[in-house]
Amino acid sequence: MKICVLVKEVPDAAVEKRIDHSTGRMDRSGEKNLNPFDTHAIEAAMQIKEGGAVPVEEVVAVTMGPESAVRALHKAVSLGADRSVHLSDEALAGSDVVATGYALSKTLERESPDLVLLGQQSDDGECYTIGAVVAEYLGMPSLTQVIKIDVEEGKLRCERQAEYGYDTVSVQLPAVISVGDAINEPRYPSLKAIMGAKKKPLDALAASDAGVEASRVGLDGSMVECGDFTDPPQKEPGQIIEDEDTAETVEKVVAWLEERKLI
Amino acid sequence: MDFDLSDDHALIQRTVRDFARGEIAPVAEELDRTKSFPYEIVRKLAGLQLMGIPFPEEYGGGGGDTLAYVLAVEELTRIDSSVAITLCAHTSLGTQPIWLFGSEEQKREWLPRLCAGEVLGAFGLTEPEAGSDAGNTKTRARLEDGQWVIDGAKQFITNAGTDISGVVTITAVTGGDNGQREISNLLVANGTPGYEQGEPYRKMGWNASDTRPLTFTDCRVPEDNLLGPRGAGFKQFLHVLDIGRIGVAAMGVGLAQGALDEALAYAKERRAFGQPISRFQAIQAKLADLSTEIEAARLLVYKAARLKDAGRNFTLTAAQAKLKTGRLAVRATEEAVQIHGGYGYIEEYPVCRFYRDAKILTIGEGTDEIQQMVIARALGA
Ligand SMILES: Cc1cc2nc3c(=O)[nH]c(=O)nc-3n(C[C@H](O)[C@H](O)[C@H](O)COP(=O)(O)OP(=O)(O)OC[C@H]3O[C@@H](n4cnc5c(N)ncnc54)[C@H](O)[C@@H]3O)c2cc1C
Repeated sequence: MKICVLVKEVPDAAVEKRIDHSTGRMDRSGEKNLNPFDTHAIEAAMQIKEGGAVPVEEVVAVTMGPESAVRALHKAVSLGADRSVHLSDEALAGSDVVATGYALSKTLERESPDLVLLGQQSDDGECYTIGAVVAEYLGMPSLTQVIKIDVEEGKLRCERQAEYGYDTVSVQLPAVISVGDAINEPRYPSLKAIMGAKKKPLDALAASDAGVEASRVGLDGSMVECGDFTDPPQKEPGQIIEDEDTAETVEKVVAWLEERKLI
Repeated sequence: MDFDLSDDHALIQRTVRDFARGEIAPVAEELDRTKSFPYEIVRKLAGLQLMGIPFPEEYGGGGGDTLAYVLAVEELTRIDSSVAITLCAHTSLGTQPIWLFGSEEQKREWLPRLCAGEVLGAFGLTEPEAGSDAGNTKTRARLEDGQWVIDGAKQFITNAGTDISGVVTITAVTGGDNGQREISNLLVANGTPGYEQGEPYRKMGWNASDTRPLTFTDCRVPEDNLLGPRGAGFKQFLHVLDIGRIGVAAMGVGLAQGALDEALAYAKERRAFGQPISRFQAIQAKLADLSTEIEAARLLVYKAARLKDAGRNFTLTAAQAKLKTGRLAVRATEEAVQIHGGYGYIEEYPVCRFYRDAKILTIGEGTDEIQQMVIARALGA
């Protein structure tokens, strides 16, 4: 089995998220990190590989992003991926979800993976949809928000986090699976793994190398048009009930809830 | 000049930062409160090969450089000084002398286990009558039938009395008269009869780190436990301390940064007079000054590390870095408590612990006054 894991470089969780009003895009300056959800996807790949239920020949980390995104790949291989692929091109800048999914699918086609894993959401865009878009382009089944993967005869048995409880789904390979953070506890890379990471092969691809049609990516190739951004409206301040006499306070709370037909 | 970390260094920094936040922060308060040695964390650090960062892989080390070590120590101290000093004393003071001066046999015997974190190393220099004046050691060792017989006492020794403490390097007078004392370094394994570790001290801070007095009474070790040439002990410990200062300086930067992290977050949350206190100029000035001082101090520490890695003389820069960062840690933690108001005086807030942990940084591994002496000497004053 060959597993490709999609990874992304995102602003560090400690960096406050801001929209750059001049471009209508997220301000991605400042400290960066590998998208935390993707570390769960890599860990899931490693657990399948190390679990031994099915032989895994290769785990390949794949990203699309600017030059700095090699650091996300560096971390991905330090966490266990065998090699990495970096799709990077000026023409890709400003791609929306559909364009990004298209470009990634072209990159993945070159690899013909049996399984594509990714984090269910990125810490910056939080669109939750890349997996489904990639699956659509690749013509593979898509499973999202998966929190358990078991290998079964040529299939994977997965648990999906649903609104009420879990869905258990069997999926035929090849497939695209996005994982939630409840799926595992990602490991930390060891010092040796970090220092050995640079020795693992990295393929740098331009859009044309991956067979990506320039007209279908970038700002111009994207269907999403960003309008103006404004801050969400200020919420009305809540009502604070001073607790002087607890019986009275309870009455006030009950009255408040009844007024709104909540009880 | 390049101020960017290499990809490897950036990832080491990132990894230890995530590890400290994820694995240490949740237990730091409890370890401090219960004065418990962080065995579990040491085991995890060892699993990531962080207990022997700057030593070569052929001896089981991490194969990293001094900068990698500094980044790791800084990130640990940002969250927990006790864990940081445990790693720091083990690496710079415990393992370092064996790596620097040990025979091939001594290296083979000790380095793999030390670097794997299976056993902890300690360095016993300070004595009741030999602190800053470390050459005034009263501990004696005499050769008798192919064995060194050691008698004496050591004071304030880190890492010597845990369940996994393996070996201490001590200075002892091995000969000479009082005008020309001959000092040598000897290795003493835990469990050697006559070598005892006293009760842990009740300290102001570093509560989860192990610090004890040691006594040696008719303690016999093989003649081969001499580290390097006989009589080289004085020069050897000065060199070890030079290196150790870089690690402790990294602790100062890390602690100051941790204090700023907490102070900034708190100032943005805490409201007074209808707005977050971070909007008040007086608070902003404190935060701005701290961040400026920290950045300057950090560059000094990284420079000391870089000089060492380049094989150049780093004595002056390491002493400057140690002097600068110890004071800064004391000041930064004080300001962080101030910004927290009364809450900063309560142990639920990390800055309370940070404040107690800071003071030792102007004392241990050479007091500020000793750093000033080292610096003035280097200036030719
Ligand atoms: C928690 C902790 C952990 C420690 N861990 C270790 C360890 O692992 N191994 C180890 O060997 N030691 C360790 N130490 C000891 C530490 O390094 C010494 O405490 C320190 O070097 C100072 O020595 P002293 O306490 O004897 O102070 P003193 O030397 O007595 O100094 C007292 C004061 O006099 C000043 N002074 C002394 N000489 C001069 C001078 N010539 N000019 C100007 N001022 C001077 C000093 O700066 C200081 O202000 C530790 C100490 C503590 C508290």
